[in-house]
Amino acid sequence: MPLPYSEKVLEYFKHPKNVGKIENPDAKAKEGSPACGDMVTLYLKVDEKTKRITDIKFESFGCASNIATGSIITELAKGKTLEEAKKITWKDASEELGGLPPVKVHCSVLAVDVLKAAIEDYEERHGLVKEHVKTTKEIVLKRLKHVMNPIVGLDIVKTNIVNDVNVKEGSISVSMGIPRDNQFSKNIEEEVKERLKRLWDIKKVEVTFDEE
Amino acid sequence: MKLKKVYLDNAATTLCDKRVVDAMIPFYTDKYAVASSDFSHSPGIEAKEALDKAREDIANKIGAKFREVIFTSGATESNNVAINGIAMANKKKGNHIITSSVEHRSVKEAIEALEKEGFTVTWLPVSKGGFVSVDDLKKSIKKETLLVSIQHANQETGTVQDINSIGNICHKKSVFFHTDAALSFGRIPLDVKKAKVDLLSITAHKIHGPKGVGALYIRDGLGIVKCMYGGFNEFNKRAGTENIPGIVGFAKAIELIEPNEIKYIEKLKERLYDGIKKELDAVQLNGNQKDTLPTILNLTFRFVEGESVILHLDMRGIAVITGSACFSRSLEPSYVLKAMGLSHEEAHGSIRFSFSRFNKEDEIDYTIDAVVNVVKKLREISPITPDN
Repeated sequence: MPLPYSEKVLEYFKHPKNVGKIENPDAKAKEGSPACGDMVTLYLKVDEKTKRITDIKFESFGCASNIATGSIITELAKGKTLEEAKKITWKDASEELGGLPPVKVHCSVLAVDVLKAAIEDYEERHGLVKEHVKTTKEIVLKRLKHVMNPIVGLDIVKTNIVNDVNVKEGSISVSMGIPRDNQFSKNIEEEVKERLKRLWDIKKVEVTFDEE
Repeated sequence: MKLKKVYLDNAATTLCDKRVVDAMIPFYTDKYAVASSDFSHSPGIEAKEALDKAREDIANKIGAKFREVIFTSGATESNNVAINGIAMANKKKGNHIITSSVEHRSVKEAIEALEKEGFTVTWLPVSKGGFVSVDDLKKSIKKETLLVSIQHANQETGTVQDINSIGNICHKKSVFFHTDAALSFGRIPLDVKKAKVDLLSITAHKIHGPKGVGALYIRDGLGIVKCMYGGFNEFNKRAGTENIPGIVGFAKAIELIEPNEIKYIEKLKERLYDGIKKELDAVQLNGNQKDTLPTILNLTFRFVEGESVILHLDMRGIAVITGSACFSRSLEPSYVLKAMGLSHEEAHGSIRFSFSRFNKEDEIDYTIDAVVNVVKKLREISPITPDN
């Protein structure tokens, strides 16, 4: 089998740009988990006045497509305003890289998601969230699409292990269709809570498992 | 630095020895007749003699009788024929099969297919080192148990099972015993009578023979369902024109195994392992230090992902494989490593190095340098550290 990667992907994989940590970042985010085989963290320095990204770095535990995508999106985002950077899509990254193999979409999407998540983190920390939309089941599900199901390596919504979501008076309860003694239940619970606790109108997040 | 080509994927397949190819060629270009047992013509008799001689050599190598060896297209076919053949011929005797959770796919999937047909299967777990508990196996044998299929050595970690004890237990309990010896044959001692096996699968291409040739040992008197119809070939068990060049090559490959070659390969393995351990922390051995094949070394490099490692190594000319999900089409990490209790993360960072007599010490040293360099580089950009 020839390598499934374009030359550009391999070039970025060999010599990734903007890798590492930023001390005292203005914002940071993490996507994926080691259990899924891919994890990316991203750090931002943002100019408070212009809201331009002055520095950006990422770290990757992942395959070539993950590293290359992380590299390209940090290059694309550097120097852009947060609003501009928000618009960077997976398609942009893929085009810049000369295409990514379909089987690797999941690994590379992570790198795009982590940029969005870091920008959100910045906005939440700096009180920039303009419209406070009331949290609904749909909003919760959208966030849960970023939580991976390590059993299969796809998100927990797509793999149908979220049985139900209830949003009521500032608290969310998520019921999972896997037993608590599953080896990943703790991992998933932490990820779910991490994703939901920063919603502005939410005070409590509860995760339940099968037969509880 | 000059790019070296270092092939360390010998558990997948090996270089076909030039001397094997030389032995095979006349059977394509000159002695190309079909082997015939009854008199037809001289070329046919000549082919038959070559076939018989190869069969004799291979039978001798595993302690079997001439009539107990049939040729197949490889270990995958041998495994399928053994498992299916015995199960279908003995349905009345019982419908329970015992196997392990780390078998090669050709055993695993053949048994899964029987499971769908109504057989019940006990999938024995393995220890951290990859071993099946002989006691557990003994306890899981019941009245309905028809077949035990436990591999001799594992394809990913090299862990060697105690097939002599398992065979003796099966023999005492009158249960058929099959072992997949694709990885161990020609590497470690193997004797079908000592291990009291009923069926054993081997292949040529893992010992510098040609691809597409294997053999199945079927204990004398054992009935299996004929696996291919259309003639009386292979003692009326597998019809079809014999692959004589391949079979001759198989026998030649066995003849070429040198008594000291395993010691040499073992030294290469130790050299690589020691060299890597000296330079890198957080490296774990997947498998066991003892009772393992000298040809396989499976290591997990914590905090890095395997596909990235092998891609970097490939760019340096080194061929190895990983148990990482990112490397597999199913996006699932190695089931063997998972069965041994490795976490997903540990399986993702696993690399299998496998050696042959054609590897050289300087290739190993080059690999040590490359691995150390690549893993250090990837750890630098990894968000996972020993502290989190």
